[in-house]
Amino acid sequence: MSDSMNSVFDSANTFTIDGRRVPFKPGQTILHAALEAGVYIPHLCHHPELKPHGSCKLCTVTVNGRNGSACTARAMPGLEVENDTPALNDRRRVLLQMLFVEGNHFCPGCEKSGNCQLQALAYDLEMLAPHFRHAFPERPVDASHPDVWLDLNRCVMCELCVRASRDLDGKSVFMLAGRGAESKVVVNSPTGLLKDSALSIDDRAAHVCPVGAILPKRVGYAVPIGERQFDQATISHQVDYLARRTIPIKAVEPATETEGA
Amino acid sequence: MFALETAAHPETLRRIAIDPVTRVEGHGKVTLLLDQDNKIHQVRLHIVEFRGFEAFIEGRPYWEVPVTVQRLCGICPVSHHLAAVKAMDLIAGYGPLTPTAEKLRRLMHYGQIMQSHAVHFFHLASPDILLGFDSDFTRRNIVGVALDHPEIAKQGVLLRKYGQEVIRHTAGKRVHGTGAVPGGMNKALSRAERDEMAKDIDQMIAWSLGAVHMVKQLHETNPAFYNVFGDFRSNMMGLVRPDGALDFYHGALRAVDADGQTIFDQVDYATYQEVLQEDIKPWSYMKFPHIKSLGAENGWYKVGPLGRIQAASYLSTPLAEAERQAMMALGGGKPVHGTLMYHWARLIEVVHAAEMIRDLLNDPDILGLDLMAEKGPRRHEAVGVIEAPRGTLFHHYRVDDDDLVTYCNLIVSTTNNNQAMNEAVRTVARQYLDGKEITEGLLNHIECAIRAYDPCLSCATHALGKMPMTVELIDADGQMLHSLSRG
Repeated sequence: MSDSMNSVFDSANTFTIDGRRVPFKPGQTILHAALEAGVYIPHLCHHPELKPHGSCKLCTVTVNGRNGSACTARAMPGLEVENDTPALNDRRRVLLQMLFVEGNHFCPGCEKSGNCQLQALAYDLEMLAPHFRHAFPERPVDASHPDVWLDLNRCVMCELCVRASRDLDGKSVFMLAGRGAESKVVVNSPTGLLKDSALSIDDRAAHVCPVGAILPKRVGYAVPIGERQFDQATISHQVDYLARRTIPIKAVEPATETEGA
Repeated sequence: MFALETAAHPETLRRIAIDPVTRVEGHGKVTLLLDQDNKIHQVRLHIVEFRGFEAFIEGRPYWEVPVTVQRLCGICPVSHHLAAVKAMDLIAGYGPLTPTAEKLRRLMHYGQIMQSHAVHFFHLASPDILLGFDSDFTRRNIVGVALDHPEIAKQGVLLRKYGQEVIRHTAGKRVHGTGAVPGGMNKALSRAERDEMAKDIDQMIAWSLGAVHMVKQLHETNPAFYNVFGDFRSNMMGLVRPDGALDFYHGALRAVDADGQTIFDQVDYATYQEVLQEDIKPWSYMKFPHIKSLGAENGWYKVGPLGRIQAASYLSTPLAEAERQAMMALGGGKPVHGTLMYHWARLIEVVHAAEMIRDLLNDPDILGLDLMAEKGPRRHEAVGVIEAPRGTLFHHYRVDDDDLVTYCNLIVSTTNNNQAMNEAVRTVARQYLDGKEITEGLLNHIECAIRAYDPCLSCATHALGKMPMTVELIDADGQMLHSLSRG
């Protein structure tokens, strides 16, 4: 670490996570500072390139005795944060179980498997069974767009797509509609279909989804088993990746004309 | 109407059910109707579960299908993976595969043939053959085989393991991998992986050849039994190359009659609906396919090892072909039809698969890095066909402009064998049970006939949604209370 960086992390700008001293820059959240310091806090709706959201609650930590989201709580000097405790991990596991039963998450056939943050969290937190009764909701697939498809069966309503489209792409293609159990991601277009929206394959919103709900078409299982993101190590051992990842804009195969069309 | 399929007056008869049939994949049952003198009047193999798998596939993007459809089965998922991807190669608009991609797929497939056949012969069927059809049923299992014949059991386990390792190296996992993608493969084979497989392949060839010789010797000890057990004549079908050699991965359809005479040959499998037709019967969830031109009564056929190695002109590897010739010599120039010959034929195929694996591992192309084909125009409809361990497997898809599957028809290997399996159990019932006091050992003869086909009953019952069906609620006096019909 350079001298100039050291000066930022003077002794006043530190707090502790599970007893470990963590430096922070003024204005950083607990999660941001933790990831930069190599401390893993489970999370799903956070992305380093986007503003905090605080909706998935998986990053819930105990700060000076009170529970709160690490992704929205500001780091302050002297805070005592509990993170990797059996009690908090039990609650995180329950949140994951609720996410799994609330949608239709069929990992065995899902092309996001191995690259999916929800699946990775479930493995890492050793979620062995769904515990709750599956809701098996009926949710549509929107494959109308030539290059991107939307499978709401897998949506966890983290709103990363909403934020990426609004804040990075300047398009606001996605938003959350409805209330409570009826909440769902909707598409901003006259027909409600992706093909009539402003979404382009080059948009960051097309690539930010942490699960398999928004995917570029025709990529499928191009990455072999063994080379997928979470084949390398469990998510809790990939703090550096989580801290520094950018929204990938992959080269995607263009659609081809259909014979006789 | 087939003999023994439907009794004239079932209400007067005694019913025996073998439920479930054991040591097969999936769930089936056999019902026998007998009169007071134990004369048999009706025998049916019922498939009692249904999967409706097409419904999972329809509405999904085409590139997902080769992976999801494998979940039909944990025994031969690679067959479904490859049959589906062959169709999706065309749907996605890809031209011919690169040599490396095709050889890697073939390698994966021969690994599949090897492991599935090894499971069937050693784990499921060998207890009957090695310990006796009516031996103590508490020991008539793989553990009993391991106790009495430890070396054979060990070879069976290791042959299967080898096949699974071939699948892992090519598909990423032993079961339900992702190796084949529309247009090619997602992973090249490393030199280390190739070498790991190559070091044991000669041992695998030797063991599989030993297994063939073991079955041959058993046959020689009691040829009358092996030739006659469940012996009935039928047509046979399989995939062949242009020169008539059996090809497990790709070829054209050939069907021959019970004497080996050609019914059709070099039929493009995309036109399967022009030569084959599927019928339904009210008492089974599994359809009954037959060769259209011959009709339901005469057009049914056998697929799988015994069917295809006799439908083909030859096997392309020398050791397996020599064994095929030795087996067929028993027929004196005509095909053999004894049900237990399936085991012999199946083990010959293990030899063939092992030889093919050796040749592929020695082929420089197998380490190539060019995995994806050139892409052309998309298509809306395609058929993929492969010789799965249990026989010819058809996958037929239509895909809309949005890339979603709108139609899916699967004719799995076991479905092709439906009538043949029913004939096998009827033949055995006539031969061994008719007029006798029924014992567990005799009932196991029926199961042995079914087991010889290595049926995968769960995969075979996929089309319930399209099946006309009547449900009747009848009270104790035989009065119909309520009836529901569909189709």
